[in-house]
Amino acid sequence: MPERLIFEYSSEGKKGYSLPEMDVPVESVEKFIGNRHLRKNLPELPEASEIEVVRHFTHLSQENFSIDSHFYPLGSCTMKYNPKINEDVARFPGFTNIHPLQPEGLSQGSLQMMYELEQCLAEISGLSRISLQPAAGAQGEMTGMLMIRAYHKAMGSPRKKVIIPDSAHGTNPASAVLSGYEVVEVKSDNAGRVDLEDLKRVADAECAAFMLTNPNTLGLFEKNILQISNILKEHGILLYLDGANLNAMLGLCRPGDMGFDVVHFNLHKTFSTPHGGGGPGSGPVGVKEALVPFLPVPVIEKKDECFYLNYDISKSIGKVQGFYGNFGVMVKAYAYIRTLGAEGLKEVSENAILNANYMKKRLEGYFALPYKVGCMHEFVLSGSEQKKAGVSTKDIAKRLLDYGFHPPTVYFPLIVDEALMIEPTETETKEVLDKFCDVMIAIAKESKENPDIVKSAPHTTPVTRLDEAKAAKELDLRWKKATGD
Amino acid sequence: MGYVPNTDKDKKEMLRTIGVDAIEKLLKDIPQEIRLKKELNLPNPLSEIELKKEMLSLSERNADLLHHTSFLGAGAYDHYIPSVVEHLVSRSEFYTAYTPYQAEASQGMLQSIYEFQSMICELTGMDVANASMYDGASATAEAAMMALRITKRKEVVVSRALHPNYRTVLKTYIQGIGISIKEISIKNGVTDVDALSISDNTAAVIIQQPNFFGCIEELSAINTITKKFGAIFIASVDPISMGILKSPGELGADIVVGEGQSLGNSLSFGGPYLGFFAARKEYVRQMPGRLVGATVDAHGEKAYCLTLQTREQHIKRERATSNICTNQALCALAATVYLSVIGKEGLRKVAELCLQKTHYTQREITKIKGFASPFPAPFFKEFVIKTPMPSEKILKGLLAEKIIGGVDIGNYYPELKDHLLICVTEKRTREEIERLVELLKQY
Repeated sequence: MPERLIFEYSSEGKKGYSLPEMDVPVESVEKFIGNRHLRKNLPELPEASEIEVVRHFTHLSQENFSIDSHFYPLGSCTMKYNPKINEDVARFPGFTNIHPLQPEGLSQGSLQMMYELEQCLAEISGLSRISLQPAAGAQGEMTGMLMIRAYHKAMGSPRKKVIIPDSAHGTNPASAVLSGYEVVEVKSDNAGRVDLEDLKRVADAECAAFMLTNPNTLGLFEKNILQISNILKEHGILLYLDGANLNAMLGLCRPGDMGFDVVHFNLHKTFSTPHGGGGPGSGPVGVKEALVPFLPVPVIEKKDECFYLNYDISKSIGKVQGFYGNFGVMVKAYAYIRTLGAEGLKEVSENAILNANYMKKRLEGYFALPYKVGCMHEFVLSGSEQKKAGVSTKDIAKRLLDYGFHPPTVYFPLIVDEALMIEPTETETKEVLDKFCDVMIAIAKESKENPDIVKSAPHTTPVTRLDEAKAAKELDLRWKKATGD
Repeated sequence: MGYVPNTDKDKKEMLRTIGVDAIEKLLKDIPQEIRLKKELNLPNPLSEIELKKEMLSLSERNADLLHHTSFLGAGAYDHYIPSVVEHLVSRSEFYTAYTPYQAEASQGMLQSIYEFQSMICELTGMDVANASMYDGASATAEAAMMALRITKRKEVVVSRALHPNYRTVLKTYIQGIGISIKEISIKNGVTDVDALSISDNTAAVIIQQPNFFGCIEELSAINTITKKFGAIFIASVDPISMGILKSPGELGADIVVGEGQSLGNSLSFGGPYLGFFAARKEYVRQMPGRLVGATVDAHGEKAYCLTLQTREQHIKRERATSNICTNQALCALAATVYLSVIGKEGLRKVAELCLQKTHYTQREITKIKGFASPFPAPFFKEFVIKTPMPSEKILKGLLAEKIIGGVDIGNYYPELKDHLLICVTEKRTREEIERLVELLKQY
């Protein structure tokens, strides 16, 4: 029985709130605010009792997969376990109940936490300074690209183009365009890495930056990274790291040491903060010394054991958030780093890589493996063999739901036909990895022997496969009160 | 402590399956020159007990608003958050879920977003709303970008009464794409309608309602002029004010955005907050961000999924309407729960409490010699007051009494030196207000 809409619980006079009585002398609202500004009809919000609201949202929560209930091997998303202690500490009233504009003297704890988080991220990445302001990876990308633009402009010209590999996340080209650049694509070579010859062909003094993901979206380390960096240097092109896959680098190597000038982090991937069903995340961006003058304002500084917000950044690009970024998310990431320390972070990456290689080995006989080389923390399979029997990657994804697994990232990267991109993370047990592999193998078998059961999946979820075409064609994006009610 | 469950035995077995004898062998693609030869220089790891202590001590270096009386607003508001909100958003089936790309495994999140979209439409008077933006400032900037796409024009007109940080974010967003911004002056605390210089080159006019000073703008008059030039009218609104004020939709707005923190989200030192974004239906395909639509499943049952994804970066890449991907879903859920319990009547009550308390505070303060109200325009839950001596000094004095007296807006508007922006929400009591007034009498 599907859960009704909250609006359908509504009836006049029901009440779910508790507000204080008016304790000041009252004058007429019309006197304060001219009649022409006043609403004649109240917004049609539900009128429901507290228990109905609680049950409604509890029921909705039960119609979701989540990390706490399911394995989520989503490539490029790093769906690792979200430690509970981080949730607890982030809810201390000294973190939640403070106003962004209260005097700095009253916010020393927040500023200190942000200052120390910045130092940790700078050490982990090998960069000079970090802005914690961007709210998510994509905003980090835009912030980074605007800094790169400002840097080149200060050198004489903002330049025109940004180089992006054909295997890149969609946010990269979108962020480059938003920052005023044209996108030039560089091809991947047969081994799945940046084609150096093609890079040499496209790299010129019109290019401002190369946006690269490393390990790339195929889960392969760009082992020619130093050659890449040298090719770019010849033309004064800056190297940008999309840090989505930083979970493979912690304590093993650092972007700053391999030539990256600008890096964005995803605290909601690498540093264990929960994805929240689509956010909030946090996308800090780090830079080398040459780009420090362009950081967004404010940055956090320390003077005589006091922390303060510094708005005096000579060539700052400005601001990307109303205040200082997703502070509540930063607290959780900071707690995570403090829990693990250097050794624990290295263990994260080593085990993420071990788990991915293990699963790849177990699955490679059953699905096509487009790049037959060792992987880092994730790998990409192709459902091309199954497709020949009429079973698509989408079908496989939906069938996984029947077995209680969230599917991998599908149809990405775009350069792999029928792609299944698998990232187990380090927080899963071998038992779970084995079960998932067993199920994938079973589905590969079903695809041959009983393809219909795969093609009509899922069978066990609250709803069966959706008519997505209808959703787009007959747009229904909101509830509306029926007229005549 | 760590969160890696692999035992040494597990690792050995896995390595054997892979066919190597050490994890190190799996790292061979990282060139030796760039391998980190030393350990990262980070603080030592902490046990749960130690971490909790450390984080508590950090949090206690902040003065929280449970122990201070705050009259701060300016884009972040200390409204009442019913207990149910935190309980429901703390259900880990919500907060540990991923973006609902797999609809069959995400009906709960999807339906709650559909409900959120519906509520935002109700508040703003718009036809469609998206699943959320990062915050009010970036939502406003994205609205301007959308107007540029719709009109293919090159200029944005912005009121100086729009939050100064929002204007900075807007300037930051458009700096790469060759757009000019024209700022409109303020008169009597509101946008000077006579100074509105709109032309055929104007893509959008952006007005905040109530504006940064808490004053109520003449949206209808501004809309009429905006439309005469075929420009898009964007309003950035306080959702709480929608309990009594006419919606921008009724007054002609084409896009309505705003900061939704007031709806059940804690102050949290400035984030995570909640940008909301709504528009008229003819512009839906130009909207940024995720949209949830209702449809049916294979059995004809009602179900929800992400829709019109061809606008988005993961499909359209460089031709996407925005680069936004991760948004503020859990903050939107908090807002949905808040609006569900507060409801139709409750929102009106919250708005009226704010309105009456704010006016009472303003009346009492302006009775004090030397404190003057510079703006005659009607106001909602914030007002500006000129102080008889440096505002900084007064704020300091109040602070000694555990009162945070407001925002010194001279920092944002040089011409308003020694002016305070004071905010009074439903959480402030008459006693607290009278204490503030008593203390101000000393200056």
